[in-house]
Amino acid sequence: MKRIYAREEFCLGCRLCEIHCLVRHSKSKKLIKAFRKERGEVVPGVMVESAGHVTFAMQCRHCDTAPCLEACITGAMHRDKKTGAVICDADKCVGCWMCVMVCPAGAVRRGKDGKEGKAASKCDLCAGDKTPVCVLNCPNEAIVYEER
Amino acid sequence: MDTRHLIIGNSVAAVAAVEAIREVDETGGIVMVSREPRHVYSRPLISYWLAGKVDDRRMDWRPRSFYDELKVRAVLGKEAVRLDAAKHVVELADGGRIGYEKLLIATGGTPIVPRIKGHDAAGVFTFTEWADAERVRDFIRQRKVGRAVVVGAGMIGVKAAEALAGIGVKVTVVELAPRVLAAALDEPAARLAAGAMTEAGVELRCGAEVEAVVARERHAAAVRLKGGEELPCELVVVAVGVAPNAQLARTTAGAVEVDRGVLVDDLMRTTAPDVYAAGDVAQGREALSGTKRAIPIWPGAFRQGRIAGLGMAGAEPERYDGALVMNSVSVFGLPTVSVGVAAQPPGDAEVLVSENAGVPSYRKVVLKGGRIIGAMLVGDIDRAGIFTGLIRSGTDVSSVKELLLTEQFGVLSLPAEYRKHVVAGAGIEV
Ligand SMILES: Cc1cc2nc3c(=O)[nH]c(=O)nc-3n(C[C@H](O)[C@H](O)[C@H](O)COP(=O)(O)OP(=O)(O)OC[C@H]3O[C@@H](n4cnc5c(N)ncnc54)[C@H](O)[C@@H]3O)c2cc1C
Repeated sequence: MKRIYAREEFCLGCRLCEIHCLVRHSKSKKLIKAFRKERGEVVPGVMVESAGHVTFAMQCRHCDTAPCLEACITGAMHRDKKTGAVICDADKCVGCWMCVMVCPAGAVRRGKDGKEGKAASKCDLCAGDKTPVCVLNCPNEAIVYEER
Repeated sequence: MDTRHLIIGNSVAAVAAVEAIREVDETGGIVMVSREPRHVYSRPLISYWLAGKVDDRRMDWRPRSFYDELKVRAVLGKEAVRLDAAKHVVELADGGRIGYEKLLIATGGTPIVPRIKGHDAAGVFTFTEWADAERVRDFIRQRKVGRAVVVGAGMIGVKAAEALAGIGVKVTVVELAPRVLAAALDEPAARLAAGAMTEAGVELRCGAEVEAVVARERHAAAVRLKGGEELPCELVVVAVGVAPNAQLARTTAGAVEVDRGVLVDDLMRTTAPDVYAAGDVAQGREALSGTKRAIPIWPGAFRQGRIAGLGMAGAEPERYDGALVMNSVSVFGLPTVSVGVAAQPPGDAEVLVSENAGVPSYRKVVLKGGRIIGAMLVGDIDRAGIFTGLIRSGTDVSSVKELLLTEQFGVLSLPAEYRKHVVAGAGIEV
């Protein structure tokens, strides 16, 4: 399947990917509003890591054998039949964080969606969009969306 | 439809097996038998259901179309009572008989009930299946229960206490061990968990032993501790652990070998030809020690069910390195994660700890021979899975040891070879 890959040698560490992810998954969908009011409420599915001078953007790998799918006690975590993406249904999730415990990439985080205000948050590949917003808006093509 | 695959059980191990079978065998007849007359539901959700946080519909772990879509004949509300492994036949309590080519025993666990005086009084319940939660709810409504004692502060006891407190019942938890979640958490971590419980109004009695349930007119009226103290209550939830429900396997005159659980090899095969076992009922290899242990956890049940299903359908089995002990328990809102040997590290292990009392947050990594064998996180558990992956893969982390408990620890900190593997998205077994 098509996955998002980081090219760490090109990453500037500008974190625009995080911001665009936040906006795309916000209620308002407006850059300034989302950044000011919804930061902290919406947990971006992509996170920029840095170590010394090296930075890179990391998000869910939508693993072939996904540990989060096996560990999910509610059935909230599921694979989209069309895109192959691993997606969390916030309405079903109860926030037990089994998925957080087993994700080898540390790409599932504690979010605030769902009935109880806590549901697993992760990259959804922008829910079937042609190109995820993090890839679309990366100024230096440090994240690419491709089949490998 | 012939019964090629007979599966006893209708929970996570059973479902994972069915899904794996259908990946390779699209038409072979599958029959699932379950004692409970219900669609596939999630047992860990019963505490959320009791608390009113999950409704009936959200208890379904698979959509209602599951049996149809996977072409399964579901025989629900029937108990399997005898197995004739030589003849390849399972007998049901109502006298029905089902033959099989391949059989999976996925009967899960049964709650342990200590034979203390008064354990059979009305108002004493165990808490492992949906019907238990229904009985507890009905009893609370009918008897206007105000006070409950939960016996056992393991995962199930803690979740039961959380649900009861959430619907306004005054709860006291009694635990034999000196701390809550003793198998998963060490002293400092357990102190944080206990803090979350007492803050929510739960009373804790650790290091205390229950002597009897005091009954009045055959109804529970109090729990008496060794030493004589009585804790008045109308409801008692016994949650001291589960044992493999290996009854069916024991009916084979030794054809299926049973220790605590049904003994299985790495492909989930029992000692009888064509008979597999998976999940809480099984006793297979534990990843870190290599010894066979029954480990009653969800991800293990899923993986084992899947491995069994692939084998039953004759597919190339996936590699399985045994079950890794792990759990993630949210204790009255405080997240806790424990993986591998974390609560009681061996004497020759190296232990790294970081604490932040204000948040609160606690992190601990246990290393042996350059590899992580245990991790424990309380409070800020984000990215805990990176440790789990490192434990599972046995990656040598000597070169990045200093980074493990730092703020910026992440995928970028991982040894290059292993990082490549993670980023490729091949996945890792759980
Ligand atoms: C309250 C609670 C909370 C939990 N929370 C967690 C958690 O957060 N994380 C975690 O990892 N684990 C958790 N667990 C444990 C987890 O639920 C089990 O490990 C898991 O359900 C085991 O699955 P299984 O398929 O082996 O068997 P089970 O889920 O026990 O299911 C057994 C199945 O077999 C059927 N059956 C049994 N005997 C017969 C028979 N003789 N004939 C026909 N059918 C039969 C039953 O009806 C059922 O369908 C929790 C458990 C409980 C009770």
